[in-house]
Amino acid sequence: MTTLLKVNNLKTHFFTHTGVVKAVDGVSFHIDESEIVAVVGESGCGKSVSQLSIMQLVSTPPGKIVDGTVEFEGRDILRLDPKGKEMRGIRGGKISMIFQEPMTSLNPLLTIHRQLTEAMEVHLDLDRSQIHDRAIELLDMVGISDTDKRIHDYPHQFSGGMRQRIMIAMALSCNPRIIIADEPTTALDVTTQAQLLELMSDLVSKFKASLIIVTHNLGIVARYARRIYVMYAGRVIESGTAKEIFGSPKHPYTRGLLNCVPRLDTKDETRLVPIAGSIPNLVNMKPNCAFYSRCQHRVEECKREYWPVLRHITGLHHVSCHAC
Amino acid sequence: MYFPLKRGLLRKKEADIKAVDGVNFRIKKGETLGLVGESGSGKTTTGKCILRLHKPTEGKITFNGKEIASLRERDMKPLRPGMSMIFQDPYSSLDPRQKAGAIVGEPLIIHRLVRNRKEYRDRVEELFRLVNLDPRMIDRVPHEFSGGQRQRVGIARALAGEPSLLICDEPVSALDVSIQAQVINLLKDLREKMKGLSYLFIAHDLSVVRHISHRIAVMYLGRIVEVLDQDTLYDNPLHPYTRALLSAVPVPDPFIEEKRERIALKGEIPSVLNSPSGCSFHPRCPLAKRECRQKPPDMRLVGKDHEVACHLV
Ligand SMILES: Nc1ncnc2c1ncn2[C@@H]1O[C@H](COP(=O)(O)OP(=O)(O)OP(=O)(O)O)[C@@H](O)[C@H]1O
Ligand SMILES: Nc1ncnc2c1ncn2[C@@H]1O[C@H](COP(=O)(O)OP(=O)(O)OP(=O)(O)O)[C@@H](O)[C@H]1O
Ligand SMILES: [Mg+2]
Ligand SMILES: [Mg+2]
Repeated sequence: MTTLLKVNNLKTHFFTHTGVVKAVDGVSFHIDESEIVAVVGESGCGKSVSQLSIMQLVSTPPGKIVDGTVEFEGRDILRLDPKGKEMRGIRGGKISMIFQEPMTSLNPLLTIHRQLTEAMEVHLDLDRSQIHDRAIELLDMVGISDTDKRIHDYPHQFSGGMRQRIMIAMALSCNPRIIIADEPTTALDVTTQAQLLELMSDLVSKFKASLIIVTHNLGIVARYARRIYVMYAGRVIESGTAKEIFGSPKHPYTRGLLNCVPRLDTKDETRLVPIAGSIPNLVNMKPNCAFYSRCQHRVEECKREYWPVLRHITGLHHVSCHAC
Repeated sequence: MYFPLKRGLLRKKEADIKAVDGVNFRIKKGETLGLVGESGSGKTTTGKCILRLHKPTEGKITFNGKEIASLRERDMKPLRPGMSMIFQDPYSSLDPRQKAGAIVGEPLIIHRLVRNRKEYRDRVEELFRLVNLDPRMIDRVPHEFSGGQRQRVGIARALAGEPSLLICDEPVSALDVSIQAQVINLLKDLREKMKGLSYLFIAHDLSVVRHISHRIAVMYLGRIVEVLDQDTLYDNPLHPYTRALLSAVPVPDPFIEEKRERIALKGEIPSVLNSPSGCSFHPRCPLAKRECRQKPPDMRLVGKDHEVACHLV
């Protein structure tokens, strides 16, 4: 498979009055053509900031991409002017994003028609009537009924699930190569979640696009993702195929995540095992492994002043841990 | 529980919002009953009726042998310490200016459960320890706590009156997985420690509900469509809605997920204002027959502790 997007050693820091928040601190990952990849981890570990950095959407200041490259279509898109024509062509065009709360990304004052066609007018070489037809077709595809009428409605006239369907239509409208979905279904009912994820996975394969799902829901990851990146405190601490990671999780953090969620299929009264402590404050972090204080398996070496390298185990499986 | 729908200048009642419509269930002493269903199905309203935060339009609620649905507020008052509620959002359900100790101790004063300052202080500290909070945190205000700690403050407050029924409305949905596990474990420990404590555990996450509940009631559009025990929920759910809900919840295991049946549910839950005829689930049901459009199904006992309302079962 051909690699579509490659992120190397990305570092995004926030320069705040209390100190430097190293939200993303040396993250590398890639996504292949027609692939579904998941980024998981607890709240605050840098999942969103890493994705926003790809699109140069981190608020600057206080944020700044201090290091790294993002290779896409033969060039480093971090070198592009964030407000320039080329970056705008990528953002919302070749790479599109779906966020958790559609109300914040849809403009409440504009009709669905306006919002859907606006991006297409910028990115696609079609005339008005072709764009209109495509908008209707997209809304049909994501399961909105009465599209000819409803396309002139405003966002608040739709339910949360319907708004997220509209976001999916918008994300697909300009034939993206990559869709980044950041907690796309977290605020919704499980049934709606299932409908939307099924829809997204069908549509990305139909459009031959790739999908990056950012989530903390390990079930969703197991159901949809081919590969996974587990993040902790601004770094990738384990990566591999879903089967490698769920089949033989290596990092104590990954194992911890798996042991603390109740599973629908476990009958016995197994007790959940919470991960001790909480994620560290990302300001002024010590140079050693950030999981050290919470880790049950730490060894002497974990105190040393560097993070363990992300080393290869088997197949695509990599882990960053001294103790395993 | 019907809410009046009032519209227009005169705020005349135009229709009934049948938020909860003919719900029957019982919770035994020491038992946890899970209540699941999509948003708007009437879970919170059911909980609030039991607590008599709403006065039900019709029906009976028996609490510790006493009919409470029709009690006047004055007669309800002495029963209030016996039941309490914890809420979803640990951020907005606590008064941000109040100190944690005062939040937890307030019910002790309202219900006059302590005689003097020392008893008050001791009891508040005891409640803090009960939920694994350090009593030295008594003087902190909510924003000085983490999400999980805040939820524990809420639980400690709910336990102040030594209730026999605790209604937990989405108590862990807003929390990160690891903190979620702490709170779930705490709730399980508390029911061990305080023998006879019952929970009505409301949540939309079936994995969490199955984990903590002895029995589970599945709600759809104001009605209960199936009641079954923890094991039957996974092994033999009968209502098409229960099956669809279950299949919508992924298991964190790609090997199992590969083989699992996925039932796609059509459309969204309709508004209670235009609840469909017959079985209210029929427009979304993959198996609906003519009968389902015509008459609502009755709840029938189909096995031990297993009731279902479906024409096709
Ligand atoms: N504008 C900002 N200023 C300072 N710190 C920030 C800013 N935005 C994000 N951060 C910090 O960066 C870190 C990573 O945040 P990020 O939003 O990527 O987390 P996340 O993994 O997406 O979490 P969640 O699951 O809660 O969405 C956090 O510690 C956060 O507090
Ligand atoms: N005070 C009220 N006045 C009018 N309608 C109400 C009132 N409270 C609830 N409802 C309506 O009753 C129905 C059931 O609401 P309820 O909050 O009980 O649902 P729920 O199952 O708890 O949903 P969620 O999962 O979103 O919390 C909804 O249609 C709601 O709009
Ligand atoms: Mg995020
Ligand atoms: Mg509710």
